[in-house]
Amino acid sequence: MITADASSRAQAAKRLPMEDESTDYVTFRMGSQMFGVPVQRVQDILVPDRIAPVPLAPTEVRGLINLRGRIVTVIDVRIRLGLKDQRDPASRAMGVTVESGHELYTLLVDHVGDVITLANDSFESNPATIDGLWKDFSKGVHRLADQLMVVLDIDRLLDIRVRN
Amino acid sequence: MDDLLQEFLTEAAENLAILDVELVKFEQNPNDVEILKNIFRLVHTIKGTCGFLGLGRLEAVAHAGENVLGKFRDGELTVTPNAVTLILRCLDCIRSILSTLEETGQEPAGDDSGLIAELNALAAGEAPAAPAAPAAAYEEPHNDDQAPVLNERGFPVAAELLAEVASALAAQGIPPQDEADDERRAKESAAEEAMLAMMAAEEQRAPTVAAPASVPAPVQKAAPQAAAGEAKDSAVAAASIRVGVDILENLMTLVSELVLTRNQLLQMVRGREDSEFKTPLQRLSLITTELQEGVMKSRMQPIGNAWSKLPRIVRDLSVELGKKVDLVMQGAETELDRQLLELIKDPLTHMVRNSVDHGLEATAKDRVAAGKNDVGTITLKAYHEGGHIIISIADDGRGLNAEKIRAKALANGLATETELQTMSDHQLYQFIFRAGFSTAEKVTNVSGRGVGMDVVRSNIEKIGGTIELRSNPGHGTIFTIKIPLTLAIVSALVVECAKQRFAIPQINVLELVRASRNSEARIEEINHSPVLRLRNRLLPLVSLNRLMQIEEPDAAADLADDSRSIVIAQVGNTKFGMIVDRVFDTEEIVVKPVSHLLRSLSVYSGNTILGDGNVIMILDPHGIADSLGNAQLEETQAAEAAKTQTSESTASFLLFRAGGQEVKAIPLGLVTRIERIPAANAEYTQGRYVVQYRDHLMPLVPFNETQDWHQNETHSVLVFTEKDRSVGLVVDAIVDIVEDRMDIALTANQPGLLGSAVIAGKAIDVIDAGHFLTLGFHDWFGGVGHADAAPSDRREALLVDDSLFFRNLMTPYLTAAGWKVTTCKDAEEALKLREAGRKFSVIVSDLEMPGLGGMGFARDVKADPRWRETPFVALSALATQGIVEKSYDAGCDHYVAKSNREELLRTMNQAVSNAASMEVRNSPTPGPQDAALQPGAWRAA
Repeated sequence: MITADASSRAQAAKRLPMEDESTDYVTFRMGSQMFGVPVQRVQDILVPDRIAPVPLAPTEVRGLINLRGRIVTVIDVRIRLGLKDQRDPASRAMGVTVESGHELYTLLVDHVGDVITLANDSFESNPATIDGLWKDFSKGVHRLADQLMVVLDIDRLLDIRVRN
Repeated sequence: MDDLLQEFLTEAAENLAILDVELVKFEQNPNDVEILKNIFRLVHTIKGTCGFLGLGRLEAVAHAGENVLGKFRDGELTVTPNAVTLILRCLDCIRSILSTLEETGQEPAGDDSGLIAELNALAAGEAPAAPAAPAAAYEEPHNDDQAPVLNERGFPVAAELLAEVASALAAQGIPPQDEADDERRAKESAAEEAMLAMMAAEEQRAPTVAAPASVPAPVQKAAPQAAAGEAKDSAVAAASIRVGVDILENLMTLVSELVLTRNQLLQMVRGREDSEFKTPLQRLSLITTELQEGVMKSRMQPIGNAWSKLPRIVRDLSVELGKKVDLVMQGAETELDRQLLELIKDPLTHMVRNSVDHGLEATAKDRVAAGKNDVGTITLKAYHEGGHIIISIADDGRGLNAEKIRAKALANGLATETELQTMSDHQLYQFIFRAGFSTAEKVTNVSGRGVGMDVVRSNIEKIGGTIELRSNPGHGTIFTIKIPLTLAIVSALVVECAKQRFAIPQINVLELVRASRNSEARIEEINHSPVLRLRNRLLPLVSLNRLMQIEEPDAAADLADDSRSIVIAQVGNTKFGMIVDRVFDTEEIVVKPVSHLLRSLSVYSGNTILGDGNVIMILDPHGIADSLGNAQLEETQAAEAAKTQTSESTASFLLFRAGGQEVKAIPLGLVTRIERIPAANAEYTQGRYVVQYRDHLMPLVPFNETQDWHQNETHSVLVFTEKDRSVGLVVDAIVDIVEDRMDIALTANQPGLLGSAVIAGKAIDVIDAGHFLTLGFHDWFGGVGHADAAPSDRREALLVDDSLFFRNLMTPYLTAAGWKVTTCKDAEEALKLREAGRKFSVIVSDLEMPGLGGMGFARDVKADPRWRETPFVALSALATQGIVEKSYDAGCDHYVAKSNREELLRTMNQAVSNAASMEVRNSPTPGPQDAALQPGAWRAA
């Protein structure tokens, strides 16, 4: 399992002078879309290994992994976001481990990018045209120079109800 | 001591320690509102708790102190040194009472009115009275460190007082604890009393042990509670510290992780003999184990803590209900995890209340009438057994009323009348664990509200425990609870399904069974629901692959085809099997709660990390049992209920294989034992094999004489025994035991076979045991013969014989010959059938039976018109002419020697046809055709 301390990376990242006016994000990609989660929420970046599947669990729950003695639930963000096409089996999915309600979750994403610091004034609320499902999971959008970054609402993303 | 009181004392001691510090600070900063608030709060807490615990004296003192503090806080009083002194005295008084409380569990008798009056006066704005005493007291805190001797000398007032008290006590010659002393003390002047309290407190504070010795002896007695209390107070403080539960929990988690890591390391080193890690790892392993035990121990508390309130509850209840109850508690020192302790407290309390209310007879009179001591006894017992705690709650009361339960179950629609009729008492008792079930006729505030045992049971099962109940009508009921020592680490069986591993808590696992088409246990399907035949019972099965929807697509659909491992689990009274692909070892696992995303999946109770670092799910047998659906389980229970009733038409068959691949059957009742006998033990003598068996030589009869049976290493031998003779029938393999209708279809023409029967849906040869018995002992029966052709229509015979063996032997024989057979063990039982209106074509009765006996039975039958016309065939092993004559005199129509089965059958057939041809048979004279009369016929052939 490859792990890296996200917060130290965050500290290494360039900071804007006014911290209150900016936020550090761990970025990742799903397909071509860039997402970001606030760095404070991120515990770990890892390539999940030996995922133990949980029969009968919601399909978004890929299984459980052992992260230094803690059991972490692995959520497949691709399924959660309703992305139809399958992940390229050759590329290993990476995991962004976050904490929610005293429990750890690893968000399985296509590719983890850099930790970036964004000024809060580039943040906008969800555009009206955003897809219904995505709107639920998106807190808003940051305008970057060449693309848009969706700020993921982790708690809503993890609010998976068991379907029956 | 009440644990509540203990907690209060610990807490109060801590609060007092803080108060001392705070008060000194307060004196220096009289305007610091925060300190004052804190002091007020602490005193208030003590007062509040005292009131709750019913400690009136403490409460009064604390209340007075609180009043003053309240005035300080509200700014109505200015803080003066004298006022602080008074507050300190108040605290000292509280402390001295507390120390006695801790020592004796009782609030000491005494009068604090002086102190209270002073406090009240202060609160009312008056200057503190008795200037001398307060002056002394005021100095007191600063002189704490000095030796008590100096204390005594330095404070003449106090010394004077002590001397006075001493002389007063000496004059009376009564120890101060006595009531007389208390009375005397109550009469003492208020100031003196206040001083005494102060002095006691002073003694208590004295840091050196020499303190009591330096005081005159009577005085030492005057404040013994304080002195002794001091020692104990500090002992309690030193011996126990209060640690937050979360710290313990955290420690536990860390240790659990350590255990897992240790396991992981051990696994890596295992198999490497020369590893340099081996020794340090062993050490690490040892230390880890000890650490684990230590941490577990830190969470352990004696179960007595959960029982401490029970005597009071029982007492109050017994008064309320007008019963005399004795509560006996054994094993209160048995320790268990504090988490579990909390969880079983309520169920236990409920059960004890239930035992008092329901278990014991309504009144002492009822008990005396039942021949018992008028005082009912409830016995609580706790002990360790194999990693579990067993708690039993027994009463010596009236026992459960099966009829009442039956009626209630019917009224509540929990079961149908027919189901209830077939249930054993034990099965009926289980209804009390159902929701909404209470047989209490009226609702008391104790019980009868229908919330109870079902909650108790689910609470106990929630913590991985089980509850069982046994009841003996008229003698009482005993509940047995089995719970794990701790919730954190459990022993679990690791199994694999579709390449995924799961853990099953060991407490639920009864046994492991390997089932395959050819083994004794095998899987069959009823409408796609798999069931397992296991030792004469059908167990519902659940395929974990199917349940988990993890079936591999190419897996064989037919469960019966492959060999499977089945984990038999028990949940409450439900037994079921889980079909798994593989079974691994048992492992100690640390139960971790599942993520909230998975919490709604009832099949899991948690998850864990195995020694190899993999995460696996822990299965919850309760959830799985629920998923089986009640219908199936109830079916099983009904089937079981039916089984317990001995039915005429069904019998148990032992299925075995011998001399060929086809399965053969023999009525199980005939077989005394099944033995495995090594071929080496068999000796060949006089043309046959024998083996020494229970001090006798037992002939071994091979099922198939051409079979080269003695070449094998060990043989399965069916042992038939009657009286002291045994014969062993050597077979190839025991297959199963099944229960089915004894429906023997046709008579075989092969020696040794009775015929074939449809058993479990298959035609199986039923063995004639008699044939093999006579091969072992030629004189076991008179002769070997085979039945005449079966009569075309089924006729019913009543077979009365006290020998179970004979009944078991004859029933299949007669059945094979076309008779329907009803058996009774004696005449009395047979006559009940007559009362029930049963009719038979022929009665076959042994003559030598206990009770009425055969002769008496015959006389009775012939004296009553109902069965008079039924031919009566007498059987006896005693074949003398005298007995034959006597039997005819008694009314028997025929007489057959017991050993001659062939003759018996012929006689029965003839008797029936005779009876049919003759309308009336008045005379018992046998017809000339009765060959059975000829003595030669019943001699051994």
